[in-house]
Amino acid sequence: MQAHLEILAIAAVIAVACALPGTLLVLRRMALLSDAISHSILLGIVLAFFAQGGLDSPLVILGAAASGVLMVVLVEFLVRSRLVREDAAIGLVFPVLFSIAVILVSRHTGSIHLDVDAVLLGELAFAPFDRLEAGGADLGPRGLWIGTGILALNLAFLGLCYKELKLSTFDAGLAAVLGFMPGVLHYGLLSLVSLTCVGAFDAVGSILVVALMIAPPATARLLTERLGLLFALSAALAVAGALLGYGLAVFLDLNIAGSMATVLGLFFALTWLAAPREGWLARRALRRAQTRRLAGDLLVIHLLQHEGSPTERREARVIHMQEHLGWSPEFARGVLADALEEGHVTRMDGLLHLKPEGRQRAEKALVHI
Amino acid sequence: MNTHEIPALQVDDLTVAYRERPVLWDVDLRVPQGVLMAVVGPNGAGKTTLLKSVMGLVKPLAGRIQIHDRPAREQRRITAYVPQRNSVDWDFPTSVLDLVLMGTYGALGWFRRPGEAERERARGALRRVGLEDLEGRQISQLSGGQQQRAFLARALVQEAQIHFMDEPFQGVDATTERTIVELLKELRAAGKTVIVVHHDLQTVADYFDWVTLLNVRLIASGPVAEVFDEERLRLTYGGRLAFAATGGGSVAAQPVFGRLAPDEERKGS
Ligand SMILES: Nc1ncnc2c1ncn2[C@@H]1O[C@H](COP(=O)(O)OP(=O)(O)OP(=O)(O)O)[C@@H](O)[C@H]1O
Ligand SMILES: [Mg+2]
Repeated sequence: MQAHLEILAIAAVIAVACALPGTLLVLRRMALLSDAISHSILLGIVLAFFAQGGLDSPLVILGAAASGVLMVVLVEFLVRSRLVREDAAIGLVFPVLFSIAVILVSRHTGSIHLDVDAVLLGELAFAPFDRLEAGGADLGPRGLWIGTGILALNLAFLGLCYKELKLSTFDAGLAAVLGFMPGVLHYGLLSLVSLTCVGAFDAVGSILVVALMIAPPATARLLTERLGLLFALSAALAVAGALLGYGLAVFLDLNIAGSMATVLGLFFALTWLAAPREGWLARRALRRAQTRRLAGDLLVIHLLQHEGSPTERREARVIHMQEHLGWSPEFARGVLADALEEGHVTRMDGLLHLKPEGRQRAEKALVHI
Repeated sequence: MNTHEIPALQVDDLTVAYRERPVLWDVDLRVPQGVLMAVVGPNGAGKTTLLKSVMGLVKPLAGRIQIHDRPAREQRRITAYVPQRNSVDWDFPTSVLDLVLMGTYGALGWFRRPGEAERERARGALRRVGLEDLEGRQISQLSGGQQQRAFLARALVQEAQIHFMDEPFQGVDATTERTIVELLKELRAAGKTVIVVHHDLQTVADYFDWVTLLNVRLIASGPVAEVFDEERLRLTYGGRLAFAATGGGSVAAQPVFGRLAPDEERKGS
């Protein structure tokens, strides 16, 4: 039980720590960078293992995070040369750094206690066994301490520079003009993302880091248009996904990180489908209602134009609506049912007649065309 | 010395190149305080680049830029800039009031958040542009003209002495255009200097009292009555103009061929 609780605590803390900078990445359209950074840091981590035998001191963690920043610097260098675009530059740089790390790992399996599976998926299940001790006293799992430290850093950055980050994300030009150094903020953010990746990596692996950074804000973006709420909702979704994913993993005996990432993906899929305003279903319903409304306008206009003309007997037949307007029988029935119900037309001997309300609607619609 | 003899903006030998070819070439400009000035020139003439150089957003190859007799970069507090509307992401999740509040950030400096006093000023600016009823609206739900007015309100709360605006009339309807012109004239009446990139040659004489004709080089700059004539326009647009004489003897000209619609031009470049 104790172990379960500790794992849940670590997962929740890391989830929030990832979701907060992730929200800024999504808003800045830099989501791809999280993937690239989370892979590039492996090089730093492997080198740290060589140097120190593990990720034990904060200095080593910082060193490992530097390889993520190095990747960003290399990408911007390539982009500035104007010979490659940003997406291609990212795709060029991070696989190289990642591959160097993988080669190093495979060449030195003896001296490094690391394998590629652990890199991608993490070892959350073992996190409770890695304790932080001071003077013989047990201070709790190391992952919890690292996660909390990184969460605190991210919170401090966001809390302190909230308005500066908001401005430089929305309008970097104005931010520069007003002296808020958007370039410094940009690198500050990406350094924190790297640091978060390194800290979270041990526990949850690089796939889940990316999932925690991108999926919750992408989901929250469909649910709110307010910035403060976006951060809060992203954090809440990340925690919910981590906890639910863990429960599922224990219950069905699955890989923990994989299960969490899947739940986060499901959150997004559900929201994409069913979000109240931005969701696919809501948009489709709105589009259909608009189309049907427009078709109703068309019906009364058609009737108005042939009203009292010699062709009326032909044009106002119900069956004609289907043939000439090219509507499917069920769509035509729906439009007609609407018009009848709203009292805009009446039906007599298979012919449609405008009522005064229908005539008004047609005249009004004509004005707006 | 009378303060009005200190130019609002003085540019000396400004040359800017993004790559090899300069897009601004040896531009000298002197704009007195309290004028409402149009910057006119064909697409790609370097109008936006001129504004961005003044705001320190592009680094010139050479040249000196001064505002009120001091280097422009030391005068950020008294300069406001309204970029081209499409330069930001209007899907960004924020409200109209929040957008306008961004104009107060400069005076607040690092780490301090806007409070009730700033919000009051932002509301005042929204009233001036006629958007007071939309302060809680998300910016993604604004029309083009409303976006432009929100941008203007953001510049107004900066309480600047000199305003730079990049095509504020782009894609706005006639009513909004009138609102904006009134506002610009109000600013001038309050002694501010307003410098506006403008595309509609027909309205230059109506709206502005000062004009700069630019096409990579400076063609002319001065009072509209003195420099805004057929010959200089021909120099600016390279003879690609059709002229129509108007009643008052002033010039009404519209570039007709050899010039793409702004949108096509951008896609191409
Ligand atoms: N970031 C950039 N990198 C490279 N070239 C650029 C850049 N920005 C502008 N240019 C080029 O510099 C020239 C001047 O551009 P600028 O945007 O200043 O023109 P403009 O007068 O504002 O045009 P428009 O009327 O289309 O807004 C153009 O040829 C343009 O292609
Ligand atoms: Mg321009």
